[in-house]
Amino acid sequence: MTEFDGKRWHDMGGAGAGPVVPAEHDFALWEKRVDALMVLCSTKGLFTVDGLRRAIEDMGPDVFENTTYYDRWIAAVNQNLIEAGTYTLGELGAKMDEVAKRGETYGQAARG
Amino acid sequence: MPHDHHDHLSPSGHPYRADNDEPLSYWQTMEIAVRELLIEKGVSNAAEINAQIDAMDARSPADGAQVVARAWTDPAFRERLLANGSDACREMGFDIGALQLIAVENTRDVHNVIVCTLCSCYPRNLLGLAPDWYKSREYRSRTVKEPRKVLSEFGVSVPDGVQIRVHDSTADMRYVVIPARPEGTEGWSAEALADLVTRDSMIGTGLAKTP
Repeated sequence: MTEFDGKRWHDMGGAGAGPVVPAEHDFALWEKRVDALMVLCSTKGLFTVDGLRRAIEDMGPDVFENTTYYDRWIAAVNQNLIEAGTYTLGELGAKMDEVAKRGETYGQAARG
Repeated sequence: MPHDHHDHLSPSGHPYRADNDEPLSYWQTMEIAVRELLIEKGVSNAAEINAQIDAMDARSPADGAQVVARAWTDPAFRERLLANGSDACREMGFDIGALQLIAVENTRDVHNVIVCTLCSCYPRNLLGLAPDWYKSREYRSRTVKEPRKVLSEFGVSVPDGVQIRVHDSTADMRYVVIPARPEGTEGWSAEALADLVTRDSMIGTGLAKTP
């Protein structure tokens, strides 16, 4: 095991890594919606960009490998909205259950 | 840009990300739930969310290219851009928001490149959303340590006599590179010059196209 070097996992500057893979993709609708929710909620003062980052950084290093960028963003937006009292954890759970029962694809569950 | 693979590539030539017809993921379920709760609670509404998506979609490197081309052709504007990037871009009608945008200029002696080692901070209000590689571990880790090598992987060879300045962005402070104006473009209009300005040239991982 390497000793803790005083940096948390997200502080990647200077660490070793492989070649940069010039990957890019056009963003899916659900990703654009997550982006829009982050901008709108922060503009409305429900949380700050620092709040978003704090939630992501607290997820730990594994999420960087196991989840996508906007997976982490919606989790962080949600965490901040619950903390802000916009809705409760119970309301979120009930709504997610209801959404998941609508169909097997994003299009069906989102109803467009 | 090739258009012979309509099923697999978008008009910009990139693969579409799995979307509406893929199995619903847990995080997509959360996105739908959060969005509907925000609407039910009266925090936002569908029209506002759609308008925000449209506003973000409307931003693209073409906006930054206009700014760069103007800086190349209008010395007074260039001064204002270097003094206060946010205000100079607003002057051209671009919505920079609350971000502090800092323009850094490539010269004969200096090549600038931008990165966000901590996260994914990018001049999104001017250039649109960041490409995936900008947010990758490889780019974030190595650009501050071995920029010359990273740039070579993008096909950019910076001569030894040219200093590389790496700018590490933060949530509130974003950088944009003003690439060097290509030789052989004397007398060109700003509009024609803008076509030479690529996204990567404004990140610093590319150069402006040569005529």
